[in-house]
Amino acid sequence: MTIRIPELSLVVLVGVSGSGKSTFAARHFKPTQVISSDFCRGLVSDDENDQSATQAAFDLLDHIVETRLSRGLLTVVDATSVQFAARQKLIALARKHDVLCDAIVLDVPEEVAIERNAGRPDRDFGAGVVIRQRKDLRRSLGKIGRDGFRRVHVLRGVEEIDNATVSYEKAWTDKKDLTGPFDLIGDIHGCRSELETLLTELGWELTRVDGRAVGAVHPEGRTAVFVGDLVDRGPDSPGVVRLVMGMVAAGTAVCVRGNHEEKLVRALKGAKVKVAHGLEQSLEQFAAEPEEFTREAAAFLDGLISHYQLDEGRLVVAHAGLKEAYHGRASGRVRAFALYGDTTGETDEYGLPVRYPWAQEYRGRAMVVYGHTPTTKPEWINNTICLDTGCVFGGSLTALRYPSREIVSVPAEKVWYEPVKPLSAPGYRDPVTLDIGDVSGTRHIETRFGTRVKVMEENAAAALEVMSRFAVDPRWLVYLPPTMAPPETSKLEGYLEHPHEAFEEFAAQGVAEVVCEEKHMGSRAVAVLARTPEVAAERFGVTDGSAGAVYTRTGRPFFDDLGPLVARLRAACEPLWEALGSDWVALDCELLPWLAKAGELIRVQYAAVGAAAGAALPAATSALEAAAGRGLDVSELLDRARRRQDNAARFREAYARYCWPVNGLEGVRLAPFQILACEGRNTALEPHAWHLDTLSLLDDPIITPTRHLFVDLTSAESREKAVAWWEELTGQGGEGMVVKPAVHQRGRVQPGVKVRGREYLRIIYGPDYTDSLDLLRRRFLGKKRSMALREHALGLEALARLADGDPLWRVHEPVFAVLAMESEPVDPRL
Amino acid sequence: MLLTISTTATPATDLGFLLHKHPDRVQEFSQSFGTARVFYPEADESRCTAALMLEVDPVALVRSRGRNSPDFSLGQYVNDRPYAASSLLAVALGDVFRTARAGRCNARPELAEGALPLEIAIPALPCRGGPDLARRLFEPLGWECEALAVPLDENFPEWGDSRYVSLRLRGSLRLADALNHLYVLLPVLDDGKHYWIAPDEVDKLIRAGEGWLAAHPERTLITRRYLGRRRALERTAFARLAEVGDETEEALEPRIEEEKERSVPLNTLRREAVVRTLEELGAASVIDLGCGSGQLIGALLAVPRFARITGVDVSTLALTIAARKLRLERMPDAKRARLTLFQGALTYTDPRFSGYDAAVLMEVVEHVDPPRLAALERVVFGQARPVHVIVTTPNAEYNVHYEFLTGMRHPDHRFEWTREEFTAWATATAELYGYRVTFTPIGEEDPEHGAPTQMGVFTRDH
Repeated sequence: MTIRIPELSLVVLVGVSGSGKSTFAARHFKPTQVISSDFCRGLVSDDENDQSATQAAFDLLDHIVETRLSRGLLTVVDATSVQFAARQKLIALARKHDVLCDAIVLDVPEEVAIERNAGRPDRDFGAGVVIRQRKDLRRSLGKIGRDGFRRVHVLRGVEEIDNATVSYEKAWTDKKDLTGPFDLIGDIHGCRSELETLLTELGWELTRVDGRAVGAVHPEGRTAVFVGDLVDRGPDSPGVVRLVMGMVAAGTAVCVRGNHEEKLVRALKGAKVKVAHGLEQSLEQFAAEPEEFTREAAAFLDGLISHYQLDEGRLVVAHAGLKEAYHGRASGRVRAFALYGDTTGETDEYGLPVRYPWAQEYRGRAMVVYGHTPTTKPEWINNTICLDTGCVFGGSLTALRYPSREIVSVPAEKVWYEPVKPLSAPGYRDPVTLDIGDVSGTRHIETRFGTRVKVMEENAAAALEVMSRFAVDPRWLVYLPPTMAPPETSKLEGYLEHPHEAFEEFAAQGVAEVVCEEKHMGSRAVAVLARTPEVAAERFGVTDGSAGAVYTRTGRPFFDDLGPLVARLRAACEPLWEALGSDWVALDCELLPWLAKAGELIRVQYAAVGAAAGAALPAATSALEAAAGRGLDVSELLDRARRRQDNAARFREAYARYCWPVNGLEGVRLAPFQILACEGRNTALEPHAWHLDTLSLLDDPIITPTRHLFVDLTSAESREKAVAWWEELTGQGGEGMVVKPAVHQRGRVQPGVKVRGREYLRIIYGPDYTDSLDLLRRRFLGKKRSMALREHALGLEALARLADGDPLWRVHEPVFAVLAMESEPVDPRL
Repeated sequence: MLLTISTTATPATDLGFLLHKHPDRVQEFSQSFGTARVFYPEADESRCTAALMLEVDPVALVRSRGRNSPDFSLGQYVNDRPYAASSLLAVALGDVFRTARAGRCNARPELAEGALPLEIAIPALPCRGGPDLARRLFEPLGWECEALAVPLDENFPEWGDSRYVSLRLRGSLRLADALNHLYVLLPVLDDGKHYWIAPDEVDKLIRAGEGWLAAHPERTLITRRYLGRRRALERTAFARLAEVGDETEEALEPRIEEEKERSVPLNTLRREAVVRTLEELGAASVIDLGCGSGQLIGALLAVPRFARITGVDVSTLALTIAARKLRLERMPDAKRARLTLFQGALTYTDPRFSGYDAAVLMEVVEHVDPPRLAALERVVFGQARPVHVIVTTPNAEYNVHYEFLTGMRHPDHRFEWTREEFTAWATATAELYGYRVTFTPIGEEDPEHGAPTQMGVFTRDH
């Protein structure tokens, strides 16, 4: 006998102690799939026969079963389950997780069970127990069919049990092996003519019999997917059903059931239903068709399934949408959700049910395509889309091409049916769809750039505070720049950092060419700019009239009112719109002067140290000079005091160079050096030559170009030229330069290292650092470098998700992770 | 860092005997954080100057810093300690001139007993409170005090003064007293110590302050700053100072500042108004969104009818403080079972916010950037959807009553609303999410400008 059970189900073994359940389970299922009550009893009592632990053991069993079912795993319960109440509890668990539940009854003669138990030293409870259990089983067998199992498989006798085999049935909803490409088509409601037009538009070739469309094929082998509501309200529901039925029969289409099919089927079968919402038209039209056809159509409609999983589970289709927990599940409420959607139980002023916005909360990886609620224009919400554009109400009939995500619409020929309420534009935008679950706790973020990044819970907690209190609107926060490490510490006399080590490092990793870019000694800034506020609303969902944001590496806005700066930068970026073919752009930049953002730091930290040194050291020097004049031996002290006085003066020069007065935007400069993203493109992966070339189109006083030099690492001459350039930059007090591989590198290659100037480092390591270089050379770079790599991968991942048109939470996740990584303590001087 | 002590007593070189340091030698004293040296730039009959110079080893300083080190500036790698006369110099001075500070001088006992014409110069003294505070601390002790603020940077005059003053003290005082003044007042002016303040600091303060501290008009400030604002130590010190002097302990205790007297009642009024409103609404479960250090939570716990109380804050530090203030560890089980605290942010939807009779946002919305308010609205009114929402926020119109207020009431406020603005926001929000809202003023009402705090009480339609 072959027992057929659903691939995802709860299987309840029923049989007395000694009936061979565990042996049966071990023969047919994986050890991890079988949860036995004896095992659970052992876990909570160290004794598999301790009856006082029964309650605790079953609590644990329930918990394991629930956890497995919620994760979509086939689960087999190995307990006697001879009592009705015990089985009811398990059926309830299956229902709770919307999986089917089968029972397998092992019915062995009493004496076999008693004999088996007697042969086992750990079962010393005697024959009485078995006899009692068997009585329960006998009582159950008569009516177990009414318990609520999908199917009860009864195996009688040892031989039948030993010879049984188990095979799996695919779920009805499982069409994962259909991989498309698909043309998904929204609610048709009897608009046959528009459907024919749309299919033709999509390249389908219609087959006609007596002038009536009875099928269609696509020369590229595409499959059509209908999201339901083929019928009612419109002029030719039978015509639509005829065509769809033909396509489904020919295997060129699949169709899910809509709520209107549900009701029409009942009406056609003769059930008493309230004839309203356009059902009257369908009934009239079908009445005019041959009875044979109507019977056939009714059977077809009756056979429609409420949802499908397609393309390896990457695509889910249901008439009213489906939340992730219900994908591939089977229960009354899953079916109801798919047909009618999730309603709040309230009704609006038109008497229509208020829908629960499940799509706002949707976090699944599968794309969900549905219809049911007419809108003027289809719109993506968290990787879900509604294709009902109200054709029957005079709107349009819409198709989505998968996987290209292209939308194709044809207008309605007329208003076929007056809507109860006007079609709503998706004008009300949800202000946020981010959930605490998108960011909190320990997280592992998969990036497509070779790393899986772990974010610690405490770092996420720290980042949550920064993000929610100080960061710009997350819709603008599409990227945060990674930290950047210095190269290996230089061994050259008088230097802590030098280009030589950077070149050596990249050359050793097989990089042939690098670009050296001047560091501007500004503050790292990310600028996200839209051409117009309308573009901002369309692309970023920002509807407060702003058209961009400029923020720091921790996501804070650069100014309280970003408006004027954004306006200036949008004007300056005018040449980019055409060059990039995009109405928006995200730029990686430095904002100058440093003072604009770091004024407080400069005054409190740097200038204060300078002031103290400036007051104390000359006094010390003159006191020592006087002592020397008296003949005291203070020459060494005096030398040192003079040197420190000189160091302090250089230190003051070092920071002063980056300070100039800023009055409003007067004096503010932006130095972009990389184009992070524009519409549909993760441009961060482009070679640096492309970035610098494209950015050289910008010609506006607010833009400062980034001086740079390409270096052939195989050429000593080229390297020397770069070192000379760096010495010139830093000799004048410049901050230094960033060395980056000229083209994007895969693997564990730093995306860039910063080589800072000798004088500049005084404001990092203190005015006198040059006196203790040997000590400072022992600095540890490993953590900084590892963080730089991980944050870089996260940043690229965010941009890739942005380019893919992923929902906000998907983009936010890696961005938030960068911020969380930054709360990890690391030597701030690096 | 440098400190010089000069005298014009005759013969001035007796200063060497008093300090126990020979004028013709350069003497070195090793300290944990560097090296102190004493030398004499001038030493003749008419005038003698001893210089105490301290060279700080910044690396040693960083290494000696404990995890809970009270002086955070030392944790920075660019800091003023190698130049400024801070508590490091006070420690060096206390150590190097220990005998002189005790007033002992076997060679010239009469000199140590008597007052000398002294001049003390410190070129860079970190001074929180500026030249004025330096004068207030030194002048009552008989010093003529010349304190000049050091500008931050001569090249950027618009930056103003630094926190350093160049100090010159002149007066006729006992040398031991002068040294003790410096020993106590240098760290007080700096208002930061480089070492952990242990209870024995009280002893040091009492000893060094003998004869002058108890009568000093700024003794409260001196004691508080010297002991690093550790309240328990302060109280011990006040008690012992009282024993030394004639005054009672109460007289020495710092007065509660007036500003506090004004703000405490508004806090209380607000809290009471919220608790009263929650009672009137019949709420049994309350979630305090933005609970801070848990003041409202504490008040709610005192009322048994609030069976389920939850505090949420975005700051884990605030939650730690709340847990401590509410004595969570020692709370009886029955009370503890009513309370939940967790971290959450009002701009992220959170299933844990759902299922309450009432949510309270007490002085919270004004900390949210205006563009993010829509997110907060959706999280609270759209998703959590408690039956009632209570929102309190400052009434900006009332700010004219705060005499010294410029700008907003708190530096983190992103906005403060007039009554009209609050009403407009609340009404629109209520409309959008299906609530009704009523408004109540909190605090003393001014006929023209209204009350200091405004409260909106939202109730869900269904």
